[in-house]
Amino acid sequence: MLLSLSLSLSLSLSLSLSLSLSLSHGSEAVWEWSSPFVRRVEVALEIEGVEYQYMEEDLQHKSSLLLKYNPVHKKVPVLLHNGKPIAEPLVIMEYIDEAWKDNPIPPQDPFERAEARFWAKFIDDKIYFPFSPLNGLDLIHLLCLPSLWRTFRSKEKEREKTMEEASENLKILENELKDKRFFGGETIGLVDFAAKIIAYWVQVIQEVTGVEIMSSQKFPVLLKWIVELLSCNVVKETLPPKDKLAARYRSLPGRR
Amino acid sequence: MGDKVVLLDVWASPFGMRVRIALAEKGIKYEYKEEDLGKKSPLLLEMNPVHKKIPVLIHNGKPICESLSIVQYIDEVWRDKSPFLPSDPYQIAHARFWADFVDKKIYDSGRKIWLTKGQEQEAAKKDFLECLKLLEGELGDKPYFGGDCFGYVDVAVVPFYSGFYAYETCGNFSMEKECPKLVAWGKRCLQKESVAKSLPDQQKIYDFVLQLKKRLGIE
Repeated sequence: MLLSLSLSLSLSLSLSLSLSLSLSHGSEAVWEWSSPFVRRVEVALEIEGVEYQYMEEDLQHKSSLLLKYNPVHKKVPVLLHNGKPIAEPLVIMEYIDEAWKDNPIPPQDPFERAEARFWAKFIDDKIYFPFSPLNGLDLIHLLCLPSLWRTFRSKEKEREKTMEEASENLKILENELKDKRFFGGETIGLVDFAAKIIAYWVQVIQEVTGVEIMSSQKFPVLLKWIVELLSCNVVKETLPPKDKLAARYRSLPGRR
Repeated sequence: MGDKVVLLDVWASPFGMRVRIALAEKGIKYEYKEEDLGKKSPLLLEMNPVHKKIPVLIHNGKPICESLSIVQYIDEVWRDKSPFLPSDPYQIAHARFWADFVDKKIYDSGRKIWLTKGQEQEAAKKDFLECLKLLEGELGDKPYFGGDCFGYVDVAVVPFYSGFYAYETCGNFSMEKECPKLVAWGKRCLQKESVAKSLPDQQKIYDFVLQLKKRLGIE
């Protein structure tokens, strides 16, 4: 239904070029390659079979396009569908589900949907937050607040507290998963998309920082889920290469 | 119809007010249970074990938590009467974005205006007013955020209207002066029965805030 373009936006690409391309084609997404929020949206697009154009943002020098389409938060990801912007990862995911009706993202029952929204929000508020200095989205904050990074890195006690909280919240998620194959049951659903960060990003962060957040003894169910999730084609294809991601985190200022 | 609907709530909670308005708009009969947050009921702890927060809607024994999620649920289940969300996916996304904005930005800074002093309060006031001005921009000249009809974003925002007197008095500014459009919109919403009966009086909220400040030892 919607056609795509593959275009990689860099600062040297002129605005007029991207706009003229958008006239004859469908949806575009503006985002930053290392962001897990972005990847989550990508999986949803892949599942729907929507072709899309990926536009890389440099979060240190936000493009006028980003500032125009998300003036309120100035964050990625932003989905542009026929020129109309949609922001906020969960909002985008639901939009994708509603706009492309061919492959509905489960669950569809109102009560299960409400439950899925609850868990997606829980993940956003309780799991991302402790790790937020480390994802691409907050890179700009990190650069402005190196103290935040140093706190995370060096203040043993504070870091321990953060880790403890993260651990508790991961336990809550583990209980929710129980015997199911995915959070969505037999198939991937809204919550699995939202929880992708745990599957992949946390592992990379563990490697880079040397801090173990999820051990197989403490979180056997989550680790099994990670293996299942990462073996799905649709998920595999949208993961950034591990070494590239690790290199990105290692190169963040204030490290070592 | 045979539906059993229970709402666990606290009278002064703007999040709870959203649900009350939604239920009233749809004409749904329900049982209201006032919670004491100092002594949470076993029902609340059972129905929202993760966050232990209100509001919680219990529909035929099944709990739904998080106010915006509940409002969407109500809209989806009782689809036929007074829909809150538009039917076009883009407009739905737009509405969800603004409701999410209110949650992220307005509640916390507003609370800080009530409960802090000096520089912290000034910073919170600045934040708060900036966000309200953004909201005013979104409202524009429309009668409601939803356009001609009261909609999802209106449900999400209007509970904060009952806090306006408390915000302006604690923060030492005038809502009418800073955000005249929002004040006018709030008055317009109050003319709807569902809103009028779900929102406490602004004076009552102010008294509540004063009591809270006393209890927390502020000023």
